[in-house]
Amino acid sequence: MTGRTLAEKVWDDHVVVRGENGSPDLIYIDLHLVHEVTSPQAFDGLRQAGRPVRRLDLTIATEDHNTPTLAIDRPIADPTSRLQIQTLRDNAADFGVRLHSLGDKEQGIVHVVGPQLGLTMPGITVVCGDSHTSTHGAFGAMAFGIGTSEVEHVLATQTLPLNPFKTMAITVEGELRPGVTAKDIILKVIAEIGTNGGQGYVLEYRGSAIRSLSMDGRMTICNMSIEAGARAGMVAPDQTTYDYLRGRAHAPEGQDWDDAVAYWDTLATDDDAVFDAEVFIDANALEPFVTWGTNPGQGVSLSERVPDPAQLEDANERAAAQRALEYMDLAAGTPLKEIAVDAVFMGSCTNSRIEDLRAFASIIEGRKKADGVRVMVVPGSARVRLEAEAEGIDRIVTEFGAEWRFAGCSMCLGMNPDQLAPGERCASTSNRNFEGRQGKGGRTHLVSPLVAAATAIRGTLSSPWDLENDPSPAEPVDALVGSRGETPRQAQGAEN
Amino acid sequence: MEPISVISGIAAPLKRSAVDTDQIIPAEFLKRVTKTGFDDALFYRWRQHDDFVLNQPVYQGARILVAGPDFGTGSSREHAVWALRDFGIRAVISSRFGDIFRGNSGKQGLLTAQVPETDVVRIWDALDANPGISASVDLVARTVSVADLTVTFEIDDYVRWRLLEGLDDIGLTLRNEDAITAFEARRESWRPRTLPVR
Repeated sequence: MTGRTLAEKVWDDHVVVRGENGSPDLIYIDLHLVHEVTSPQAFDGLRQAGRPVRRLDLTIATEDHNTPTLAIDRPIADPTSRLQIQTLRDNAADFGVRLHSLGDKEQGIVHVVGPQLGLTMPGITVVCGDSHTSTHGAFGAMAFGIGTSEVEHVLATQTLPLNPFKTMAITVEGELRPGVTAKDIILKVIAEIGTNGGQGYVLEYRGSAIRSLSMDGRMTICNMSIEAGARAGMVAPDQTTYDYLRGRAHAPEGQDWDDAVAYWDTLATDDDAVFDAEVFIDANALEPFVTWGTNPGQGVSLSERVPDPAQLEDANERAAAQRALEYMDLAAGTPLKEIAVDAVFMGSCTNSRIEDLRAFASIIEGRKKADGVRVMVVPGSARVRLEAEAEGIDRIVTEFGAEWRFAGCSMCLGMNPDQLAPGERCASTSNRNFEGRQGKGGRTHLVSPLVAAATAIRGTLSSPWDLENDPSPAEPVDALVGSRGETPRQAQGAEN
Repeated sequence: MEPISVISGIAAPLKRSAVDTDQIIPAEFLKRVTKTGFDDALFYRWRQHDDFVLNQPVYQGARILVAGPDFGTGSSREHAVWALRDFGIRAVISSRFGDIFRGNSGKQGLLTAQVPETDVVRIWDALDANPGISASVDLVARTVSVADLTVTFEIDDYVRWRLLEGLDDIGLTLRNEDAITAFEARRESWRPRTLPVR
């Protein structure tokens, strides 16, 4: 018998009933995360069928998509948003689901909350009615987004009928240069395999560059697996994972911890396992990356120019690129660094964790934002916000001239008032540059927190490398968070 | 869920690739807490333009959508399926679908028929030759027919069976109640719990 991959091991250990004759396997779900947007119709379905939530102890809800990031102590102004939030509160109360509401210190983006509570751990299955559930795969969990019918299914049965998937290894070898981060890796991966390259696969991120990333960096990578068409992305658990997890509120303790680690140590892909597909990325050659189009696969290195659609061979890609340039109001051949932005958004389930905020702050500290650029910093959770404030990051942000907001999905998808105006251009640390994603007519360039910071300083798409010659009181660029998973502060401390 | 066997009606060509679910239904419409009444939200931004295919008089009442590759990528929002259904669309034909969208469609009785990209183009050509013509998607025979063109499509066997029978997924799963309970009894104690263990 040949070896198995990480994904196959986790899958096999969750099969309740093995499917026969083409029917799917019935898979047990260890953790179900719920938010206000994709759950109301699911709870209604339970009510109509007279079904309870099967496992309240495996279910947790938070408010994130609709929540305002200003004046959170006042009623939500938009009546439809208010109703949706109230509906979640009513449903949680009726069915007995644990809910972290706006104002609670555990409230925040669902994919930030799960890991910070220690609920997300290796070897478990995680679902949520949100495609970025792939984030939790960073722990070696099998985690994927589901639709509302499936939310109802999991609430009622704690299982899902699922077809087996194929496996793809994404091996990233080498050492990232300072100023190049996890976000640049995943944008490069998506540009490489395309927005459909991962369809039907679970991606496993491997190699020395992935191993050297912190958990926050690994979460950034797994988060965007769905942008490559894959429902799930995973990283094998290791000491970095265990160090992150140990001591968190819901992490196992005592004998449970020892048992868990003994099991988790068996999860890594076997040496003789065979992947259905393999992709290799050279980390040494990576540069800060940015998207120019209207899907996350339309990206290039920041040092390049806006591509010419006429050069694309595939007719569909050519048509899509032409449409994208028209929507983005960009001319082929324009150097990306000459593109001026109106706004910078630092946040989202991709990049709103404490290390993301530290990285952003390390660049802007002691500087002023470019005139006319609106800069919004939105922590991923109330706890991240508190942690950042304890480190003085809020002060760095406000002195820079940026807005320091409360936690939520915010301008990633503009379901709350945080939106771009038509025609506005934004450098955004979020995950989707679709037409109108950040507000009707808004134009999005996906970037890393470091690129977002440098862009906010210079007013045009920029990386920290472009700041080297600028007069600045900030710390030198080579002390920045890089590939080794150090925070800027730790890096600085090590030098001092 | 109503059983499905053959879907016939006006077929509209949507000649775009990578139509993500943000385009099918923009986020502002996701605030609703109902499961119906999303017909006004379908392709909301594109429908502001008169030349958009579904605005053309000849395609009014369309029941079948024939789209470019990678239809339904991106966000998991099932609202995309509800909006298509409420608008009257019963089947979408494409060469590739977003995984989550396809799954959601199967749960909601929206047929996703996967055909090779060359066949999508042949269907588009047949529709262009006779705009507003009826097409037929036969789930039993796994064929799409329009004018004198007939092509076969792929769909997951299990999803096809459920659609043909009109079966409720949760009801099917609960037939395995004993197996689920047995599985739960052997789960390790280190696995996460959201509520304090008594």
